[in-house]
Amino acid sequence: MIELNNVYKAFGPKKVLNGFSLTVAEGDTVSLVGFSGAGKSVTLKHIVGLLEPDSGSVHVDGLHVSSLSRQQLYEMRRKVGYVFQFAALFDSMTIAENLAMGLVKHGGYGKDEIRERISESLKRVELEGFESRYPAELSGGQRKRAGLARAIAFRPKYLLYDEPTSGLDPVTTAVIDRLILKMRDDLGVTSLVITHDMGSAYNVSDRIAMLYEGRVLEQGTPDEIRNTQNSIVRGFVEGKPELVEKGVAEQT
Amino acid sequence: MRAASAFEKPFAAVGRASGGFFAAFGRFGGFIFEVFRSLRDVTTWLPLLFGQMRRLGVDSIPIALFLAGFTGIVLALQASYTFTGAIPLYFVGVLVGKTMILELGPVLTGLALSGRVGANIAAQLGTMRVSEQIDALETLAYNPVAYLVVPRVLAGILMFPIIVIFSNAIGIFAGMITSINMLEMSSQEFIRGLRLFHEPFDITYSLIKTTSFGLIITVVGSFQGFNTQGGAEGVGIATTRAVVISSMLILLFDALWAVLLLQGQ
Repeated sequence: MIELNNVYKAFGPKKVLNGFSLTVAEGDTVSLVGFSGAGKSVTLKHIVGLLEPDSGSVHVDGLHVSSLSRQQLYEMRRKVGYVFQFAALFDSMTIAENLAMGLVKHGGYGKDEIRERISESLKRVELEGFESRYPAELSGGQRKRAGLARAIAFRPKYLLYDEPTSGLDPVTTAVIDRLILKMRDDLGVTSLVITHDMGSAYNVSDRIAMLYEGRVLEQGTPDEIRNTQNSIVRGFVEGKPELVEKGVAEQT
Repeated sequence: MRAASAFEKPFAAVGRASGGFFAAFGRFGGFIFEVFRSLRDVTTWLPLLFGQMRRLGVDSIPIALFLAGFTGIVLALQASYTFTGAIPLYFVGVLVGKTMILELGPVLTGLALSGRVGANIAAQLGTMRVSEQIDALETLAYNPVAYLVVPRVLAGILMFPIIVIFSNAIGIFAGMITSINMLEMSSQEFIRGLRLFHEPFDITYSLIKTTSFGLIITVVGSFQGFNTQGGAEGVGIATTRAVVISSMLILLFDALWAVLLLQGQ
């Protein structure tokens, strides 16, 4: 289980998270939606300990992330696969070498096993035969899938997706959505998906939470979010700025 | 908060700038501490060390030798011009040897490598920072300092003295060839001058300086790369800073070593 409790985070005078709380239960896929710059990626970075909260707590599998020693943090990270917005593939390495990085570090794999695991992971994301290609030779969608393959290669318990469908065409977006569902069904992973693509959020999520002004404004099942009465949430999911403005006016 | 008056604004700006300087200084100290701490992670940095020694060291030899060769030629000719009539010509060997070993070999090579190596490290790590590759390393349970910085720093420390030994040798050799061909000196005269005031400590001094320059160039380049913000512009700023700061530190340490090691010799 992933739990963020009353998390505050500011960068200089800019308050990004302002009492943020969210729980992702075992086996669930939760989408965190929100406006650009709302702090969604900052939230993900707190979960893997890339950022520390100013106050509040983050727990992964019952472990308090900020209190972990460096070694404990690395061990915790072995349970978490992170799919970066722009894939963050190591551009001096082939796709196979990218995938091998996590496996080599986590240890316990022989050379043949690493090779098998790489080809199996690439097959899962429909990139068979791409082992010897370099990231620069891939399209945007292929890069995102290669990033996903790297994240699942060491069989993490949790998967964190940072804007997995941003900048992709509708067909490639549907392919990525299908892969997210496939990861849940085939590997049983617990996922937190950061997105502002509502179509994608409805497709892949058990629950959707909306981040607004540093905290969760509303959360619920896709149907509950679709039928929400909150003007800001409705404005966001329906893409209607006038509703958002109305909601802001109501709040103030 | 009350806005600063026109009188207070310059003081506020100085305060902010000096605060920023000390904060950066503190971060740099923390970074160096982290580099030393990451030396323990031998299994991460050792497999990458030899690749970095080749990239940062062996690949830098041609530019270093080019620089040293021409420096040797100019030193010999300028020495002869300066000494005309007043000082025996074999003193050209003294000047070429001493100047190359004590000063120009280490310092010119250091400044050239701050451009070639320091800029390369800052640009590479800066690009990795802004494209989240360093974050990706962390999420894969790698210590990014052990993986990216330690092999580069060790390669700098180990390889730069070797490069400077070659540079000194080529500079002196070029000075000798110039003296023989253009100043009508014999090789024996040049070597006599070279040996006249030579001290074994000169070589040690040259290598101590060079080792410190290797450390400065690689640590400053890595620090700037690790702290890059923004996109392409941020990488450009980091690269420029790496070259400027490491060049300034090289000159500062050059003076410092002279005070510490040559005074009282």
